[in-house]
Amino acid sequence: MKILVTVKRVVDYSVNINIKADQSGVETANVKMSMNPFDEIAVEEAVRLKEKGIATEIVVVTLGVAQAQETLRTALAMGADRAILVPCDGELQPLGVAKALRAIVDKEKPDLVITGKQAIDADNSQTGVMLAALLGWPQGTFASKLEIADGVATVAREVDGGQETLKIKLPAVITADLRLNEPRYATLPNIMKAKKKPIEEIKPEALGVDLAPHFKTLKVTSPPQRAGGIKVTDVATLIDKLKNEAKVI
Amino acid sequence: MKSLVIAEHDHKALRPATLNAITAATKLGAPISVLVAGFQADGAAQAAAAITGVAEVLHVDDAAYEHFLAENMAPLIAAVAKDFTHVIAPSVSNSKNFMPRVAALLDVAQISDVIAVESADTFVRPIYAGNAIATVQSADAIKVLTVRGTAFNPAPATGGSATITKTAAQPAHASVSFVGQELSQSVRPELTAAKVVVSGGRALGSAENFKTILEPLADKLNAAIGASRAAVDAGYVPNDYQVGQTGKVVAPSLYIAVGISGAIQHLAGMKDSKVIVAINKDPDAPIFQVADYGLVGDLFQIVPELTKAIGD
Ligand SMILES: Cc1cc2nc3c(=O)[nH]c(=O)nc-3n(C[C@H](O)[C@H](O)[C@H](O)COP(=O)(O)OP(=O)(O)OC[C@H]3O[C@@H](n4cnc5c(N)ncnc54)[C@H](O)[C@@H]3O)c2cc1C
Ligand SMILES: Nc1ncnc2c1ncn2[C@@H]1O[C@H](COP(=O)(O)O)[C@@H](O)[C@H]1O
Repeated sequence: MKILVTVKRVVDYSVNINIKADQSGVETANVKMSMNPFDEIAVEEAVRLKEKGIATEIVVVTLGVAQAQETLRTALAMGADRAILVPCDGELQPLGVAKALRAIVDKEKPDLVITGKQAIDADNSQTGVMLAALLGWPQGTFASKLEIADGVATVAREVDGGQETLKIKLPAVITADLRLNEPRYATLPNIMKAKKKPIEEIKPEALGVDLAPHFKTLKVTSPPQRAGGIKVTDVATLIDKLKNEAKVI
Repeated sequence: MKSLVIAEHDHKALRPATLNAITAATKLGAPISVLVAGFQADGAAQAAAAITGVAEVLHVDDAAYEHFLAENMAPLIAAVAKDFTHVIAPSVSNSKNFMPRVAALLDVAQISDVIAVESADTFVRPIYAGNAIATVQSADAIKVLTVRGTAFNPAPATGGSATITKTAAQPAHASVSFVGQELSQSVRPELTAAKVVVSGGRALGSAENFKTILEPLADKLNAAIGASRAAVDAGYVPNDYQVGQTGKVVAPSLYIAVGISGAIQHLAGMKDSKVIVAINKDPDAPIFQVADYGLVGDLFQIVPELTKAIGD
C-alpha cells in the first residue's frame, strides 16, 4: 500500500507572531519555521503503518517556497521514502492546494492520503476534506485512531460530543488530529540518510491546475487586547470581587 | 441575495449553535432559508421554522443523514446551494467535516470561523490561534462560511413561522459506514453554551482529581467543565473537553482556569470570556496576563476553599 502525506511549512507553534506594519499579513521573515504540528502526526502515522508492514511506500508532498525543502527533509528523516516539492511563491489557498494535490494523487495513485487536520497559520481546516471531495473519496477527519485491514480503514474521530468510529473503503483521505500518535524526533543517522533520499520538483504549470486565490486579504490586524487584571491575595477577596465588582456569581 | 443556513441538530431538536449562525446570516440582510438534513428530524425542522428571522425551512429526511456523514451531506448541500448566494454553518465538528467538501463541489473557497460580517462579500476571521485578525473579501458567486458561535448572539428561538418544504435526498456514498459513537454523558451545561466554565490543566494530575477537586466547584456554579490539551492528552478527561485553537472556543461570563499555564493555543479558545479567573502556583504563568483576577497558590488548597466559600 502506498501512502501520500501532505506537509506544510508554517511559523513554529511556539513563536509569538508579529503583524506587519502595513497590515498586509503576519511577519514570516527571520522567524522560526517548522512543519505544521498536525503534519508531523500525519507523517508519524504513515511511518508506523510502514513499520507494521501495512504500507510499502510513503511519499510526502508540499506546495510552497523553496525553503519548504527543509520540511520535506524532516519528513524524510522521520521515515518517508521520497518527496515532491511543488514550488509556489504566491499566496496559496486551500482549494488551489487541494486541486494541486489531486493532480499529484492522479500521478502517484496512492491508496491512502493523510493530511493534517489544520494548518496552524491560517487555521482553515479545509484542505484534506476538499481533496477528498475532488477525488470523490471517503474521508476520516480529525482521526485519533486508525486501523487498516483488507482495504478498509477503521477510523476513530474526535467530534464535539466525544468520539465516533467509521469504516471507510480505501482509497480514502484521513486528517490527523492531536491524539492520533506522538511524533518521533528524527535521529542523527536518519537525518543523514534523509539527505540522500530524492526530492522531485514538479512545477505548478505541469500540474495544469488553477492556483489563483478565491479571496483577497484586505488587512490583518491585532486582536483586541485584554486590559491587565489584578492579583488577589485570598479566596475571600476573590469571591468579593466576583460578586460585587464583576457581578458574575 | 439569499442565504442558506445549515442547521446543527440531533434530529429531535436544534443545537444552540444554529441560533448563532442565524444571527450571522441576518447581518447579510438577505432572506434566510434553513436546511435541516436528518433522519426522523421533524422536531428539528419545526424548531427551525420557529426561529425569528427564518423565511423557509428545507427539510430532507433520509437514513443517509442520520450520522451527518460528510460524503452524504456534501452533495445534498451543494445541490441545494445552487439557488443561494451564501451558505452558512455554525463552526462545529459536523460542519468542519462537510463544509469544505461542499465548497470543493461548488468550486468555491470556504471562509472558516467568521467572527464578523462586514458586507455581502467581506468577512472577518481569526488566524494564528487568534493572534491576528484577517479581513477577507471573497470573489466567489457562492460564499461558503462557517461562523463562530461566540461571536454572534443567539437568534430568538421563537417568534417565527416559516414554511417547511420537504426536499429530496441525494444518493448515499457507498464507501463509508458508521460504526458507533462514544458520547460523553454529562448533566452539566454544554461547554460552548455554558455561562460559567471551570477548566483544569495538567496540574490536576489525575482523572480522580478532576472529580474530587473541580467537579464540586463546577456543581456550585452550575458550570461546564473544560480542560487544556495536556489534561486531555493525559487521559484525565475526554477529548471533547478541550478548549483552545484546535478544541472548543468558549466565551462564558466567567472562566476559571485551574492549573493551566496559558499557552497561546489554550488562550485561543477562551480569551473572549467576559471575566477570567486564574489559579496557578507560578506567579509568572502567562495565564495571569489575560486573567481579570489571579490567585497565586496551590490549587489543591485553593479550589476546595473556594468551593466551600461560594454561596456561604
Ligand atoms: C498544534 C497544537 C495545538 C494545540 N491545541 C491546544 C488546544 O486546543 N488547547 C490547549 O489547551 N492546548 C493546546 N495545545 C497545547 C499547548 O501548547 C500547551 O501545551 C497546553 O495548553 C498546556 O496545558 P497545561 O496548561 O494544562 O499544562 P502546563 O503548561 O504544563 O501547565 C501546568 C500549569 O499548572 C501549574 N501548576 C502546577 N501545579 C500546580 C498546583 N498544585 N496548583 C496550581 N497550579 C499548579 C503550573 O505552574 C503550570 O502553569 C496545542 C499545541 C499544539 C502544538
Ligand atoms: N501548501 C501546502 N502544501 C502541502 N500540504 C498542505 C498545504 N496547505 C495545507 N496542506 C495540508 O492540509 C492540511 C490542512 O490545512 P488547512 O486546510 O490549510 O488548515 C495541512 O495540515 C497540510 O497537511
